[in-house]
Amino acid sequence: MTTQKINITLNGYNVKVDKGTMILDAAKENGIIIPTLCYHKDLCVAGNCRVCVVEVAGQKRLSAACATPCEEGMEVMTNSLRVRNSRKHIIELLLSEHNADCTKCYRNGSCELQELASEYKIMTQDFIELVPFKTYTIDMFSPSIIKDDSKCIRCQRCVRTCSELQGVNALTVSHKGDLMKITTFMEKPMSAVVCTNCGQCVNHCPTGALVEKNYIEEVWEAIANPDKHVVVQTAPAVRIGLGEELGFMPGTRNTGKMVAALKRLGFDSVLDTDFTADLTIMEEGTELLGRLKKALVDKDPDVKLPMATSCSPGWIKYIEHMYPEYLGNLSTCKSPQQMFGALVKTYYAKARNLDPSKIVSVSIMPCTAKKFEAARPEMLDSGYRDVDYVLTTRELAIMIKQAGINFPALEEAKYDRLMGDSTGAGVIFGATGGVMEAALRTAYEIVTGREVPFANLEITPVRGMEGVREASVKIENPKKEWAFLDNVELKCVVAHGLVNAKTVMDSVKSGKADYHFIEIMACPGGCLGGGGQPIPTSPEIRKKRAEAIYAEDASMPVRKSHENQEVIKLYKDFLKEPNGELSHKLLHTKYTRRERF
Amino acid sequence: MATSYQLKRADFIFKNENDWEQVLSKILNRTSQDLINELISSELKGRGGAGFPTGLKWKVASELEAPEKYVICNADEGEPGTFKDREILERVPYKVLTAMVACAHVIGAKEGYIYLRGEYKFLEPELEKVIDEFEYYLKEINFDFKIRVFMGSGAYICGEETALFESMEGKRGEPRNKPPYPTNYGYNGAPTVINNVETLAHTFTIFKYGAKKFYDLGVQYSRGTKLFSVSGDTPKPGIYELELGMSLQDFVFEFGDGDTKAVQVGGASGFLVPRKKFADTAIGFQGKLTGISLPTGGSMMLFNSSRSMYNVLDNYLEFFREESCGQCTPCRVGCQQLLLGIKAVKRGEKPASYLDKLLSLTETMQVTAKCGLGQSVANSFSSIVENFREEMIY
Repeated sequence: MTTQKINITLNGYNVKVDKGTMILDAAKENGIIIPTLCYHKDLCVAGNCRVCVVEVAGQKRLSAACATPCEEGMEVMTNSLRVRNSRKHIIELLLSEHNADCTKCYRNGSCELQELASEYKIMTQDFIELVPFKTYTIDMFSPSIIKDDSKCIRCQRCVRTCSELQGVNALTVSHKGDLMKITTFMEKPMSAVVCTNCGQCVNHCPTGALVEKNYIEEVWEAIANPDKHVVVQTAPAVRIGLGEELGFMPGTRNTGKMVAALKRLGFDSVLDTDFTADLTIMEEGTELLGRLKKALVDKDPDVKLPMATSCSPGWIKYIEHMYPEYLGNLSTCKSPQQMFGALVKTYYAKARNLDPSKIVSVSIMPCTAKKFEAARPEMLDSGYRDVDYVLTTRELAIMIKQAGINFPALEEAKYDRLMGDSTGAGVIFGATGGVMEAALRTAYEIVTGREVPFANLEITPVRGMEGVREASVKIENPKKEWAFLDNVELKCVVAHGLVNAKTVMDSVKSGKADYHFIEIMACPGGCLGGGGQPIPTSPEIRKKRAEAIYAEDASMPVRKSHENQEVIKLYKDFLKEPNGELSHKLLHTKYTRRERF
Repeated sequence: MATSYQLKRADFIFKNENDWEQVLSKILNRTSQDLINELISSELKGRGGAGFPTGLKWKVASELEAPEKYVICNADEGEPGTFKDREILERVPYKVLTAMVACAHVIGAKEGYIYLRGEYKFLEPELEKVIDEFEYYLKEINFDFKIRVFMGSGAYICGEETALFESMEGKRGEPRNKPPYPTNYGYNGAPTVINNVETLAHTFTIFKYGAKKFYDLGVQYSRGTKLFSVSGDTPKPGIYELELGMSLQDFVFEFGDGDTKAVQVGGASGFLVPRKKFADTAIGFQGKLTGISLPTGGSMMLFNSSRSMYNVLDNYLEFFREESCGQCTPCRVGCQQLLLGIKAVKRGEKPASYLDKLLSLTETMQVTAKCGLGQSVANSFSSIVENFREEMIY
């Protein structure tokens, strides 16, 4: 279908655009940037900040460029005096309502309102400051997210994110007029409502109204303490996102530089969450095969299938709130972060001859929900807090800047050993579909003795950015002990973004779906689009990050979890066997039913 | 001055002849096109205040192909100083319902709603009875159209048509981006005709007596009659049906208390006209040929010399500060700034020149706010501040 081209003039120049294009996009295509605040590429058009107003000849009023489609012959002025004056007024109004204590703000330097105020050189505040007229309390109850309404500009990006991308609706608009605000059910703290801590609201907030709770100072203190042995683990998606905060284009792989930077920050040991990602595949794959055996051979009616992945703590909290009747379908495996934490204070401590009480376990995650996960009361299986501090990719970038490290100039370094070894299968945990792909690479080979029947091990049906992706793998000629799986078509589904998780769960609930294995990642694009990743995010940026993840996978010498030498050694020396007794104690967990508000 | 006294009373709306069945059956025997032409030739314009040609609205909706279409009667009468729709629904509800059925016939709708203002809950039981009568009749003649009452919850903004749809859909009552307009994309995304209560009542008159009778009343661009809700410093507050196009001077002769200082035309979102401009101001829709002409949803508030215009404005702004839906910046923050601004000037915390900054802010609000609410705050603000500047300062 060809779209009809129409003629419009933009600031006096004739241009051709597709019929129905919004003025904002038409201008962008033609090299004119119109400022926006409430607009976000991931979200539906709200048209409520009014910063993007433009003048259309013949119209008495200005039009919101984000919400006004181009029409044949339209004469648009994006920078007329009337536009400039109005826009300036609107920015001034927003500033008057905003707690503009910029120097003390976490988003100082990365705030869209600040940027706009700077662009329009708002040097005076003529309007009356409204913040002192209102009572604001900062919600700091959540271990992941801080919500400060005094910095809110009511653009509702967070509300649309929570509803459209995540289907959670923890954040919503209440009251009207001057009292209108973004709040939760009954104005409860974020920690007491259905919030999954995914942090997508943080990623989409233009100001400092929603930020992650940062633990930077705590980590600096631990590093400075000579009695402490500080171990850091880095999640797969951090290495391909970190660069964006430090001067690289989206999609740049910076694994070596990141490891080098972490060493310079003073961590005693720089290790890789990919290692426990591989371990997760061993545990979760074994668990899945076990459940299949129970269902197909033992005909156990109580076996819970489909089995769902449990790596994404946002997803875990979501299902605890929304589908608690399906908690039994979750894999009991802890996430790679928590497996890592539990092993650091047991296996690693023993091997390195360290007192586990003196180990501080830090993780760098693309995620804010990981902060909540680490703080879960049950995550003490090592006898200590398995993971002490969780930092987001953004927080790591801040530490690197604070340490004065010239990141682009760093020589690449390698992870330390013992829990630093990883495979391509571990890396792709960072992209939606990655866990599924890694699991299939291993499970198929365990069952059949052959590699998955996909060129270069690339299981393309589970890759991509489609919200819900189904795939099936037919098992033929399995090994003798897996004979019951002969000709079984393993049905898998992958979903990312909780709104898509809802689609999958509803189809499971209705009995329409006959999946065996479900992978769900709470965030759009998987961890690479996580709530702790660099801001901004957009479909294009996430696509670039995904390409980097898969390039990283392709570059690895070993690309199957069960071939991770350190994982093999771990089983031999410590755990004995997947899903064994020690595994169950350290690497598996249980879930909690939660209220649905 | 008294020689130009030309206030023309009329009595159509409340004339109670109880003949809706005959009127309706005649309507239903006519073609859609015929009825639209009649309505267009009457030049009836929306009586809610915005003044969009009613016939054109019906025409657009009738020409669209859609599986669902809706007729909605906007009875969310929230403008301060207007109370005529309540009276219509209380005294002649069948006229409104007849017109809704006519509209359904014209555009091909199967469902209609009366969006009733939260505070008018007491009207609901009687209204339901009349609806039952209608449904009985429609069933008899095999005309498939259901009318329901949808209760509003008291938000002023829900009188804005797209906010009203959102409210009906169970969402927050927040105005939508326009375009698309309701005739194309209204309730549930379907083509919708939404008319004010009084507009529908006039439609009854037009279909009963013919467009010409209506057209011959009023003046050019402002045809027909209009209900006025008269309140304030007047010896005879109440609802009056008058021909459009009268001069405000004449209006004040009739309704003033001899000491009228100013008249607020069109409620809080309308304009304040000071005494010196009464003679030059006509009440009706803006046209190319007339002079100053003020539209109104019917609210006429008279103020005498005992009133402080500062207090009047303060009161309006407090209303808007609270009743803004809060979604768009110019309206949400603008209303707060205007209110705090005049207070600051009054208290001497801001110089008198700050009023000019606020006036320029209202210009911005007028051209950038998302809906009519934010756009029209400028009306009362600038007309009061410009005409009674000294009362704002001292």
